[in-house]
Amino acid sequence: SEKMQRRQSSKTPKQPLKVHHKNQTDLSAWRKRGTTDPEKSLQNHQSPNYQKDDNNQYSLEQALSYFEKVQDCVSLKKNSVLQKHLTTVESIGLQRGLPPEGFNVLLNVALSGKLADKVNTRLLKSLVPASVIPETSVVSSVSWLCVSKCSSNVQVLFLRWLITVFDFIDHKEKLHALYGFFFSFLQDEKMCPYACHLLYLLTRKESVKPFRIRRLLDLQAKMGMQSHLQALLSLYKLFRPDLVTINLPGKMKTFFKNSEGPWKAAINTVRQRNQENFPVSCPLFLGTAQPQSRKRKWNAQLIIPASSTNKNIFEKDREKNCVNLYSTNESFPVEQLQTFSRLLQNIHRLEFPSQMGSVLTNPLLLHYMNCIKDESIYLRLYYWMGQTLQEECTWCVADNSQYEEEFKDFLETIYKTECFLQEGFSSCEEFLYKSLPLWDGFCCQSQILRLVSWIPLSSFSEMNSQLYDPLAQLFFTSSLYFKCSVLESLKELLQNWLNWHLIHLDSESDSQVHSLNTTLSGLVNTVAELIHFVGRISTVALHLENNNTFLLYFILDFYETVCDMYLRYNLPLLIMPPAGVFYPALLSMDPVSLNQLCYIMYRYRTNLVAAKENELSKKKILQFKFSNKTYQEYNQYVIAMVGCLWTSSVFQKDIHPQGLRMDDELLKKTTVQEYKSSFNIVYHPAMMGYAALFLQQAWPDDTTFNFSLIKWNWYLEYLYAQGLKGLKVFIESSINRVSEAS
Amino acid sequence: DPQRTTFLLRKQWSLYSVTPLYRFSDAHLRDYSRLLSAFIAAEKQKGLAGGGGGEGLAVEVGVELDVKVAISSLPELKGSNRDQAAVLVQLSLRPSAFSKNSEEKLIWSGCFCSVSGDDLSENMREDFTCLPLFLANGAESYTAIVGSWFQKTFDCCFHRLAISPFTLSWMAAMWTGCKVDKTASAVELVFSVPCLPQPLDISYAIHPEDAKALWDTVQKTPGEVTQEEVDVFMDCLYSHFHRHFKIHLSATKLVKVSTAIASAQCDGNIKFLQSQYLTGVLMLLTELAISQIQ
Repeated sequence: SEKMQRRQSSKTPKQPLKVHHKNQTDLSAWRKRGTTDPEKSLQNHQSPNYQKDDNNQYSLEQALSYFEKVQDCVSLKKNSVLQKHLTTVESIGLQRGLPPEGFNVLLNVALSGKLADKVNTRLLKSLVPASVIPETSVVSSVSWLCVSKCSSNVQVLFLRWLITVFDFIDHKEKLHALYGFFFSFLQDEKMCPYACHLLYLLTRKESVKPFRIRRLLDLQAKMGMQSHLQALLSLYKLFRPDLVTINLPGKMKTFFKNSEGPWKAAINTVRQRNQENFPVSCPLFLGTAQPQSRKRKWNAQLIIPASSTNKNIFEKDREKNCVNLYSTNESFPVEQLQTFSRLLQNIHRLEFPSQMGSVLTNPLLLHYMNCIKDESIYLRLYYWMGQTLQEECTWCVADNSQYEEEFKDFLETIYKTECFLQEGFSSCEEFLYKSLPLWDGFCCQSQILRLVSWIPLSSFSEMNSQLYDPLAQLFFTSSLYFKCSVLESLKELLQNWLNWHLIHLDSESDSQVHSLNTTLSGLVNTVAELIHFVGRISTVALHLENNNTFLLYFILDFYETVCDMYLRYNLPLLIMPPAGVFYPALLSMDPVSLNQLCYIMYRYRTNLVAAKENELSKKKILQFKFSNKTYQEYNQYVIAMVGCLWTSSVFQKDIHPQGLRMDDELLKKTTVQEYKSSFNIVYHPAMMGYAALFLQQAWPDDTTFNFSLIKWNWYLEYLYAQGLKGLKVFIESSINRVSEAS
Repeated sequence: DPQRTTFLLRKQWSLYSVTPLYRFSDAHLRDYSRLLSAFIAAEKQKGLAGGGGGEGLAVEVGVELDVKVAISSLPELKGSNRDQAAVLVQLSLRPSAFSKNSEEKLIWSGCFCSVSGDDLSENMREDFTCLPLFLANGAESYTAIVGSWFQKTFDCCFHRLAISPFTLSWMAAMWTGCKVDKTASAVELVFSVPCLPQPLDISYAIHPEDAKALWDTVQKTPGEVTQEEVDVFMDCLYSHFHRHFKIHLSATKLVKVSTAIASAQCDGNIKFLQSQYLTGVLMLLTELAISQIQ
């Protein structure tokens, strides 16, 4: 972009370029927390380092005003004030970077020769920009250089600094006007290599003049084939092959000496630090922390920087011709979008970047995207993302396996964006359907499973064949951990669907957004399908994993959402867990599972009661009502639970076909004494630990563990106090009534 | 003017699929040429100057800088009226003051087209232009630069369009059946044998008349090709080969098909040989490109 401008402006040399500086991408990201931002103080208030920031700010201001007024010949050793201010500038410069206004003062003093060389060097070395460097400060420095007030070492150091921070200078037009001055530095043997490098950065077509070429050739004759001279000459030859007629070695690579100097590390530190501190972009920004990818393909770019659309280019061009006719409604370049308040100020004239893929790493643009409902945006993103996923997938494309980390990051970024926008991308959904059958369940595991949770809800579901079948295959054959991860992501999928439904239910009345091929019955079917799927795989998984408690936790966690769908998400659907989940939970060895089950059953009750009441109160026939089967199932489960935990009658009263009903004869054969009560709240294997502790507290001297001593009322209070809240709400809602009635 | 499409013939083209171009307009082709030319100049310089900022700079000497860009519309190249006019991009070297010949030298060309690409363009929003098939001829470095510019400017994606063995067998069958006036060249199928320490390719050349005779016995309805017919045709060729060489070609991978109509390779390179079948081949390629996009 920088280069393109160069080229364009070369056609209209007299025309002062419009101030439209595109910086390199990493810079624009980094500048987001420029100290000149009006909202800086606001940000400071939010930051825990507020006090510290403020102190730093103050001492830097003091140091700057000191250096502005400092008189000649102050010795560093004897002057503690100078020492103090110098240290301030150094520490702030190297750690946080200096604000734009600091450069003028510090460059002036460093190059004026007022202070000792040692001080000047230290000052120059600490000149690390926090955001940008004003061009004016560089111009005045060059004028100092021309009057030779400072030593040649300082001059060289300044040139090296200028090369390193070249991209941080806010405009370059005036700098270009000084081309001749820089050119004259070539005469100085020490400065020559650096001057060459700088000229290389500055050279435009019109800078190439016959007298300069002659001068360069003279120098080359005098100093021999120097790589820096050759580099500059070859650039001249590129611009004006008609003027540079000498033969240069063809297709040869030469290098400028590494002139990064002491600043590069500090620049990176400052950049990283500022990025970390930037409150908005932090969670989403990948930016420069990314390792440079050495991609084998020219078009495989996973992270795209945001840059303005070409429409702007055309308008700018037209402006030149039409005397700023368009200047009033000029759009705001995305490169300058650095803070949330900028977004608010310019939201009316903001345009999306030329490549929509760049919004993924730009939270401000995502905010904007959230406000703009334009199908083109999604279509552009759809194509880009679909193609990139397809092309970069590490298990679908043979040669990609070495780029797994990169692909992982990309998937992660998409997931974060989906979370931010609170909606799934259809391109990502299609990618999952295409790639899951080929997936090994291992590569990018957590990323893929998280993306599953953002599959959009639609009523025309092909999920059985596309998602559930491949997922089930992997689920049954993979580790316990994988099973839990799948259940977790399916729970999130369900919650995302329910949230989506809830939001669209609200907006349905005032707009027709909901009509995107979605009917309520379709949605209900899709949700029901998911819940049934989870019920099936959970049943099998509990068998496979021997009713593992950890697994059971994830399964019950899923049903915690299911049991509340009617009341919390306004979806006319309730599905009871299958017996293969219910009974393992009821007979679990672990109080956590039992407590969770109690809570779930309590919520089912609350939801079913509410549904029944609604049904009765509304005269007209509701479109959806729960089938009697749901109520029946619930009742069967409650009878089993109450029979188990409370009335010790489960073996007689359980009427569920897969339940615990057993003949007395059979039970006697087990030779268990008191088998009837063996699953009540005292003897239940999950509860016996509590019962024993309770006994110990109530009768510390009793060592016989005589559980029949336990008074249930007190014992219940004890259990509730132990945090078994699920048990509490279940017993209070379901059992007391039963016991009162009986 | 059908002559305008003959530039496509007898050249090796690399195939790409391209997602719909956003805010592309035929009315701005001159502007695009100018911008692309500036972009090329900038890119070539970037390769020279690096990013500034004190990186160790690599300087490449002796690269030509003066590239002329011509972007033009090619309405002749389409299948139906609903197709967008094809867009031709040509890069040529301006004659330098010192070289002897003063003619512009074409160094790279690229062509965006859609031949009966209704599947994609149907119901497409107005601000998108569907030219799903992109053909490039010339140095890949130029393809990369031009492609990058289009990606940046029209928010589209380019991807190499590989041709699967399955599609290649279709091409073999269909092209064998086409009538060609003059004495046609042989039908050649190249197979690659997998899982060998050294790559081994088997070339299977058939006299065009024999191949056509075989196809005519296989094809039931003229002008219509079914999957079953393609399978039978290929199986016949395989069993013939097996009878002579005891090699099961069905266990190898078809990587190249050349006929008098065109020659196609699995890595996505194609050469058109007959102008009368140009549209037909492009139609098939457009279909492939669309299926890669959607």
